[in-house]
Amino acid sequence: MADALIRVENLYKLFGNSPEKYMPLVHQGKSKDEILAETGHTLGLKDINLTINAGEIFVIMGLSGSGKSTLIRHFNRLIDPTEGVIKVEGTDVMQFNAKELEQFRRHKMSMVFQRFGLLPHKTVLENVAYGLRIQGVSKAEALSRGRQWLETVGLAGYEEQYPAQLSGGQQQRVGLARALCTDAEILLMDEAFSALDPLIRSEMQDQLVQLQEKLHKTIIFITHDLDEALRLGDRIAILKDGEIVQQGEPEEILLNPANDYVEAFVRDVNRARALTVETVMKDPAYRITADTIAGALQQMKGFGRDYGYIVNDEGYQGVVKAERLEEAYQADKDATLDETLYEDVEPVDPQAVLETVIPNTLDADYPLPVVDEEGQLTGQLTRGTLAEVLGESQKPVEKDDSKVNA
Amino acid sequence: MAESNWLTEIPQLDRSELRDIRKTLDTAYRDFSREHGEMIEAFFDPLLSFLVWFEKLLLATPWWLVIAIVAGLAYLASRSWKLSLGVIVSFMLIGYFGMWEDAMSTMSIILVCTLMAIVLGVPIGIIMARSDRMQTLITPILDVMQTMPAFVYLIPVVMLLGIGKIPGVIAVIIYAIPPVIRLTNLGIRLVDKDVLEAATAYGASPMQRLLGVQLPLAMPTIMAGINQTIMMALSMVVIASMIGVAGLGQPVLKSITNQYFTLGLLNGLAIVALAIIFDRVSQAYAKRTQRHLGGMDNG
Repeated sequence: MADALIRVENLYKLFGNSPEKYMPLVHQGKSKDEILAETGHTLGLKDINLTINAGEIFVIMGLSGSGKSTLIRHFNRLIDPTEGVIKVEGTDVMQFNAKELEQFRRHKMSMVFQRFGLLPHKTVLENVAYGLRIQGVSKAEALSRGRQWLETVGLAGYEEQYPAQLSGGQQQRVGLARALCTDAEILLMDEAFSALDPLIRSEMQDQLVQLQEKLHKTIIFITHDLDEALRLGDRIAILKDGEIVQQGEPEEILLNPANDYVEAFVRDVNRARALTVETVMKDPAYRITADTIAGALQQMKGFGRDYGYIVNDEGYQGVVKAERLEEAYQADKDATLDETLYEDVEPVDPQAVLETVIPNTLDADYPLPVVDEEGQLTGQLTRGTLAEVLGESQKPVEKDDSKVNA
Repeated sequence: MAESNWLTEIPQLDRSELRDIRKTLDTAYRDFSREHGEMIEAFFDPLLSFLVWFEKLLLATPWWLVIAIVAGLAYLASRSWKLSLGVIVSFMLIGYFGMWEDAMSTMSIILVCTLMAIVLGVPIGIIMARSDRMQTLITPILDVMQTMPAFVYLIPVVMLLGIGKIPGVIAVIIYAIPPVIRLTNLGIRLVDKDVLEAATAYGASPMQRLLGVQLPLAMPTIMAGINQTIMMALSMVVIASMIGVAGLGQPVLKSITNQYFTLGLLNGLAIVALAIIFDRVSQAYAKRTQRHLGGMDNG
């Protein structure tokens, strides 16, 4: 694991007039509803523990009321916790005084908001440069850096417009440019794309992914949309009633839902789009290492299949089928294996999304070979696996444990 | 006191007791004003000199220059020829009917009062917006200031400072300041929480939030308050004239006591004309500078 940039330990948030007084009730394990009924206090967050690594997109997912917006506001202390520790680069942000907190917000974190939060009385360019102006950067420099970021998000030419003159998608691009303009290492995105219509939303997601490839920020992304979470997240935490019910990599959550709640979420996900080949493929059992047709047929019989993958020192070579080898064998009993005997099939990339390999998998009457960048055979993908993973049945899919946490 | 009395008549103080209370309070206040009157008067001296200087300035300036300046300001504020033309015509008529000097006196006192009301009222409004406790404390005071008949608080002011411009200004400010305070408070409280949160998230200090976000976004509401303040100050002019404030109120007062219908009407109309000019100019200015805010709901 890379070094943790942000560490949240035992974080609790109780909303109300005298939260400290009622914290013992929370520690006794009373539920959110019981606490509300007894004390009139709302339990916002309960025993949150998180580590977020530098350079990853960490998605916090939950439905409305799950506490996700409350949680993200703890990172830059827009909301103060009732109990718990938040460390950024090893420093406890709870120890900051007002001035230090301002400096921390100016330089360490920037934020993108669901409802944009743009200043309506300032132009688009002034909005983008706002963070720098707050830091005390000179107007000329702030505006010139703002202009560059505006260009990066594709809004060159809109500098002098006011936010109200822009569409929702454009406004959020301004919000994104404003966040990037301060060069803060950590980006907090609070349902940043939720207010946008689906087409614009996926455009923005693509743009974020592209930017992230260049910038390597640490992004904490809040969403209620699991598809979005799976698409963007390096890791995902699922929040319910202020508690984290599961956290892990997207595949882990998709294939191993921790409980019924997560499973209910996962049910509606388009797995074909969310899962990669790597996460569902089986180990390649049927390697053929022989040089001759006779040897190959021998090996094939050995594992009782009518196909096999030819592998040598240089890695994967091709797929052969028994039928065709038999014919060749009849013609020349001493012949060696060569490319003319291989089946005409493209190996599958382990990183490919399932959706893209469905047609080929269904066409072939043998499992497709999965071959990595180095040309090594790493797995095989059968129709059966696809059917199982994508099928209606939502029972946890059988798989090789070694593959899941890859 | 008999039981039946208590049921049919509300319990009340004896006349003598009541008289004693009045006497004590009156004497105490009179002593206070005798003792400190001069000091308080001295405190207001700079304001008085400014007021006198400003009135003299307006009166010393040639009439056409005053009209040109006011019409020019009206144009700058509203970018409307019609309004400027209206200003010129109204001022010409005021002059033509012999009310020029009174109108200038009224204008100077209104401008000074409005200025004072803004200088005092906006900060009070800001303080109110920052703390709910201050709001609950100040709101009833504002209610008293607005509903207490003006004559009632003229009495202590006159006792303290005598008759003249300063007590007049103070009375006008007391009467006219509540709208600007209330609407500054309201405007700041109505600033979009999301925008304010965004400013906070980017590390804006409380002062940066106030000057960069809250005040600019509250400006339409504050301008409405200032507009109301100007209107109330104008309507107070007649009452203020009872304690010796020069201006259009004086002839109106004279007309009431002598039943001069036409004199009263003319001066009344002149006050109305000033009111309309101030109102339209300040509103047009507010609207023009805040135009891009107006489009928000289309966003």
